[in-house]
Amino acid sequence: MVAKRYFIFVNCVAVIGVLVGCVSGYQAHGPVGLGKPISEDQVRAWNIDIGPTGAGLPTGSGTVAAGEKLYQQQCASCHGDKGQGGPANRLVGGGALNTDKQVKTVGSFWPYPTTIFDYIRRAMPHQAPQSLTNDQVYAATAYILYLNKIISADQVIDAKTLPLVKMPNRDGFIPVEK
Amino acid sequence: MSKKDVFSKRRDFLKSSVAVGVSVGGAVSAHSSPLKNQDNGFLEVDPWTKTQGSGFVNPPYGLPSKYEKNVVRLLPSPAPTFLTGSRTPLQSLHGIITPNGLVFERHHAGVPDINPDLHKLVIHGLVDRPMVFTMDDIVRFPSESRIYFLECSGNSAAELKKASNQTVQQIHGLVSCCEWTGVRLSTILQECGVQSNAKWALAEGADGAAMTRSIPMSKLMDDALLVYAQNGEMLRAEQGYPLRLFLPGYEGNMSIKWLRRIKLGAEPWQTREETSAYTDLRADGKASQFTFSMEVKSVITQPSGMMKLKSKGFYEISGFAWSGNGKIRRVEVSTNGGKSWNDAVLQEPVMDKSLVRFRFPWVWDGAPATLMSRAVDSSGEVQPTMDAVIKAKSANTFYHNNAIQPWRVAANGEVTNGR
Repeated sequence: MVAKRYFIFVNCVAVIGVLVGCVSGYQAHGPVGLGKPISEDQVRAWNIDIGPTGAGLPTGSGTVAAGEKLYQQQCASCHGDKGQGGPANRLVGGGALNTDKQVKTVGSFWPYPTTIFDYIRRAMPHQAPQSLTNDQVYAATAYILYLNKIISADQVIDAKTLPLVKMPNRDGFIPVEK
Repeated sequence: MSKKDVFSKRRDFLKSSVAVGVSVGGAVSAHSSPLKNQDNGFLEVDPWTKTQGSGFVNPPYGLPSKYEKNVVRLLPSPAPTFLTGSRTPLQSLHGIITPNGLVFERHHAGVPDINPDLHKLVIHGLVDRPMVFTMDDIVRFPSESRIYFLECSGNSAAELKKASNQTVQQIHGLVSCCEWTGVRLSTILQECGVQSNAKWALAEGADGAAMTRSIPMSKLMDDALLVYAQNGEMLRAEQGYPLRLFLPGYEGNMSIKWLRRIKLGAEPWQTREETSAYTDLRADGKASQFTFSMEVKSVITQPSGMMKLKSKGFYEISGFAWSGNGKIRRVEVSTNGGKSWNDAVLQEPVMDKSLVRFRFPWVWDGAPATLMSRAVDSSGEVQPTMDAVIKAKSANTFYHNNAIQPWRVAANGEVTNGR
């Protein structure tokens, strides 16, 4: 680890060396003026990422009941009518992970509830990504959590409640960074 | 052994390689070249020497010879509902560069059709000046070209538990090597003014998966490239046209294709691809996360699975070695299943985080043999055996399998997966 830190330090020195212009003649000393400024408001349509603390979660909300209806229409054909899987991944159940026959699902493996919202909003449904409203994404998220017995049938999911949901495998990840 | 004997035997060996290409491609091809000349040992002037060749037989963008039509990427068979990738025919490649049409693919929502005039890259988050760049802007920046390998972290995964595949393409075909051209990401980041609390960045694609990974700023400020060209031409659509991130030595999925956005932040985002996928499950059920580097690895491609040695005698054992942690320092080859090892020759130039071609002369005595290669990189890491990988990471793990691949040569010359 010490050696690795030293390595990164040496690389930083090398990069700084380039930046101050001691290597190739046309390496920029500072900004060269290409590109245009853009405001965070102008980025809004692309700025869809959600952090693990819930940063970025939009207004809106969803219920388990609304989620079930949406799920049966838009998700069940690939993921199974109860999330048991089909052409696409199983979403529910899975059991123990300390076996070579483990099944990784949202319920058994995913550590953060915010990732469910983020992934559905950016990539689902498969044939029409980014077509759901925020209310629909909240509802689908609620239904998948309910199918996994992580929330109750009457719980409403929104920007305040979602980050508070404790996923069963929340402590199952060891950051290594190598 | 006369030089002529050696040549004819090597030719047989190459023929057997072509045959593998046929079986892998799934098509049957009969070579139509007249073999009559070789029958009586006397050469004749060939018909193609006694006439003018055809005009420009190729379209303006040239294609390989029709006799090479079976050297192609391998699609999964049977085709899955969601087609996710294809594999490089490592057994048919020469040198270290993967031709653009043979570079492996891995997609998370197919290949988008992007007009480069409409493509934009946004850099925002913890920067002083959020900026948007067109492709015209990006190609005006100071550029550089580097030869780097690209490997999917799921490469060779099936072999962790059992020998489930047969050819080197099926088992290890999720690695390729190109000359990549683009701009240092650090150069473009300084247009935006990186704030001191930016420790991570989210890179996002413009594809239907809006594929995202969190990347440490230290890597982005080190050797990360914004790439728009590969092997001298603009990126192929399936490699991220018109713009991809390239993180040398890191698992392939982090080099986000069709790159549209980089957002700087203080912590990783915990995206689906860095939690539920691309993490390494351990024996105790915990998963190692952010295992970015592709570790030291090598594989023999000549001869390899499903080839057949037609006679005893000389063969050149050859293959690839690479490491995400630096240069390849040494490759050893064993022809007796690991009982003894000898140094292979490394083809110069040996470059950082590039495929390296190694070669080892071998005279096959006709007895059963097990061929293995073992690479060592500049950080001193030694490529492990499969048993060592399973012991260190557990049989639960899937990604980052860099184990030694044994190829078993039977007395009849048939080469099979020795795992």
